Amino acid sequence: MSLVEVKDLKVHYPIRSGFFNRIHDYVYAVDGVSFEIEPGQTYGLIGETGSGKTTIGRSIIGLEKITSGKILFDGHDVSTRHERKEQHYNRDVQMIFQDSLSSLNPKKRIYDIIAEPLRNFEKLSDTEEKHRVRELLDTVGLGDDDLFKYPFEFSGGQRQRIGVARAISTNPKLVIADEPVSALDLSVQAQVLNYMQEIQKQFNISYLFISHDLGVVRHMCDSMAIMHRGRFVELGTRDDIYNHPQHIYTKRLLAAIPDIHVDERDAQRKHRKEVEKVFDTEQSRYYDKNGRVLPLQKVSETHSVALPEDQVKGE
Amino acid sequence: MGEELLTIDHLHTSFKRGTKYYDAVDDVSLKIHKDEILAIVGESGCGKTTLAKSIIGLHDLKRTRISGHIGFENRELVGASPEQFDQLRGSEMGMIFQDPLAALNPLMRIEDQVREVLDYHTDYSSEKKHKIVLELLDQVGLEHPERVARQFPHELSGGMRQRIIIAIAIACKPELIIADEPTTALDVTIQAQILDLLRNIQKQNHAGIILITHDLGVVADTADEVVVMYAGQVVERGSVSQIFNHPLHPYTRSLLKSIPQADHPGDRLYAIEGSVPALTKMPHDGCRFAPRIPWIPESAHEKIPTMHEPEKGHFVLCTCYQNFEFENGEAV
Repeated sequence: MSLVEVKDLKVHYPIRSGFFNRIHDYVYAVDGVSFEIEPGQTYGLIGETGSGKTTIGRSIIGLEKITSGKILFDGHDVSTRHERKEQHYNRDVQMIFQDSLSSLNPKKRIYDIIAEPLRNFEKLSDTEEKHRVRELLDTVGLGDDDLFKYPFEFSGGQRQRIGVARAISTNPKLVIADEPVSALDLSVQAQVLNYMQEIQKQFNISYLFISHDLGVVRHMCDSMAIMHRGRFVELGTRDDIYNHPQHIYTKRLLAAIPDIHVDERDAQRKHRKEVEKVFDTEQSRYYDKNGRVLPLQKVSETHSVALPEDQVKGE
Repeated sequence: MGEELLTIDHLHTSFKRGTKYYDAVDDVSLKIHKDEILAIVGESGCGKTTLAKSIIGLHDLKRTRISGHIGFENRELVGASPEQFDQLRGSEMGMIFQDPLAALNPLMRIEDQVREVLDYHTDYSSEKKHKIVLELLDQVGLEHPERVARQFPHELSGGMRQRIIIAIAIACKPELIIADEPTTALDVTIQAQILDLLRNIQKQNHAGIILITHDLGVVADTADEVVVMYAGQVVERGSVSQIFNHPLHPYTRSLLKSIPQADHPGDRLYAIEGSVPALTKMPHDGCRFAPRIPWIPESAHEKIPTMHEPEKGHFVLCTCYQNFEFENGEAV
C-alpha cells in the first residue's frame, strides 16, 4: 500500500476586490492533482516558478488549507487539522526547507534546535536526549564540537545538514524536501544529497522531493510528476520522463537544460530551438481554451500524460 | 578572436577586517578579447564577484585596497577616480546583476530607467531617446515595447525584468558587458532564452562579455574561454573545450565529477572533502586546494604555486595536477 495518497487535490486562493471585498475570481494554485508515494521511495515534483509545486508540499504537511480533495496517509484521511492530530501526523511527517538560514532559529544553539522536536513528541531523560542528538549529528557528518554553536557559525551546506538532522529526529515516515539544494554550490549539493540518500536507506524514509532542477531530480527520484499551471502534465518513472517524454511541455523543459558536453553544444542549441518552435505552434493542442492542462491519459502502466485524446497511443 | 579589450595583471583586491587587509582576489591575471564570452566559474566565496566589482569600480575604497593592473582600452583602471568610472560605466562597460528586481527602481517606469543611461552619457533629443528605448526593448525580445515602456517593474515577470536589465546594460553599446549570475534566479526555459539573447547581443555589438556563474552547464553552453577560481586565485584557465574535455587542476576535475550524471542515477555523488577556507583564515603559502585532497602527498604540490602552461593557451596553477588521482584511484 502506498504511504501517501493524494486524491484530486485542489487549492484555490480567492481574489477579492471592490467595495464589499467580494470574491470575484480564484487563483487556481493547485487544480486537481492525484499521485501516490510508496514507502522508502523518493517522489519528485518538478515545475517552474509559480507552477504550484510548493503549494502541494505545504498542503500535505498541513500548512495550507485545501479547497477540496483528499490526502490519505497510511490509509487514514489527514485532510483536516483535527484528523492530523489523531494520527500523530506531525511526528511522522517532517520538512526540509530551501533557505537553511531562515529556517533555523538564530538565537538557539544547534543542540536545542535538534532537540526541540524530540521534546515535543518524546519523553526522554537528559542523558538520553543528549545521546540521541549526538547520534543525529553524527548521521549528517557533524561532530560533538558543533553541539553548542549557533546557526550563523556554519556554512550553507552544514546548515542544510542540520535541517536534515532536525527533520529526521522524530523518525518520520515522510520528509518533504522543498528545493533542499537549490541554494547550495555544486560540491556541497553533492554532500547533502549523499546524506539524504544514506538516511533514506538507513531509516526507510520516503521523500517528496520538490525541485526545479531536472538533473538533481533525475539523480534522486524513482518516479516523478511534471507540473505546469497547477496541474500535472506528465507523470511516470525516471525512464518514462527522461527517455520517453510525450508532452510538449516536458520536452521543452528537458531541451532547455544546459549540457556539459561542449562538443555537442551547437547540436543541442539547434535541438532546443526546434522544440521551442514546435512548442509555439502546437501549444494550443495541449491546453484547453482557458489554458488549462488537459486531463491525464494513461499511456502505459506507470506513465500518464496530459495528451489530447486523438494522440493517445501505447508505448 | 578579436583584439584585446581588457587585460588584468597581478590584481589583488583586499578587504579590511579589523586592522588587517585580507586578499579576496589574489594575484589574478587574465585577458578578454572583443567578440568573446569569458566565463568565470567557482563556488561562493571564491572571489568571482569581487573581481567583477574591481573591474567596474564598485568597491568602497575606504575599506578595500586594490593593487595590480587593469588595462581597458589604453586606460588604467586601478586607482581611477570615481569621475572617470562614472564616464566609463554605462557607456563603455555595462553590468547585469543577479537579482533583477533589486537592480530596478520600483518607483520608476521602465522607459525612464532605460533612459537614465542615455540622459547621462548622450545629448540626444528626447524624441530620439524615446525611439532608442523602444528599439532596445525590442532588441532584448520584449513584445509590445510601447506598453512595457510605460509599466513598472512589479508588473513584469522575472525573465522580462532581466531583459530590461540587459537593455539598460547595452543602451550605449558598451564594449564590455559584465554579467554576474544573470540566470541564477530564473527558470531553465527562461535561462535558455536569456543566454541566447546574450550571445546575439555579443554578435551584434561585437562586445566582450564576462559571464560569472557557478553553473557549469551554463558555462559549457555559452562560454568561449573559461577561468576557474578557487579561494581568490585562478587555478585553471583555457578554452571551453580544454576545460571540459581535458580538465587538469584537481579542483576543476572534482567539480565536474560532482555533477549528477544522466547514466548513473541514484549512485553516490562525488563530494569534495572539507570546505572553502574563510577569508580571514586563508593560508598564505602553499597550494590552497591541498587540504581538500589530503591523500595527495605534500611533495606533489609546489611551495609557492606558479602557473604552468602544459598545452598552448591552457594554464594551471601548482604542480599537483600532474599525478592527481581521486582517492579510490579512479580517473575522471
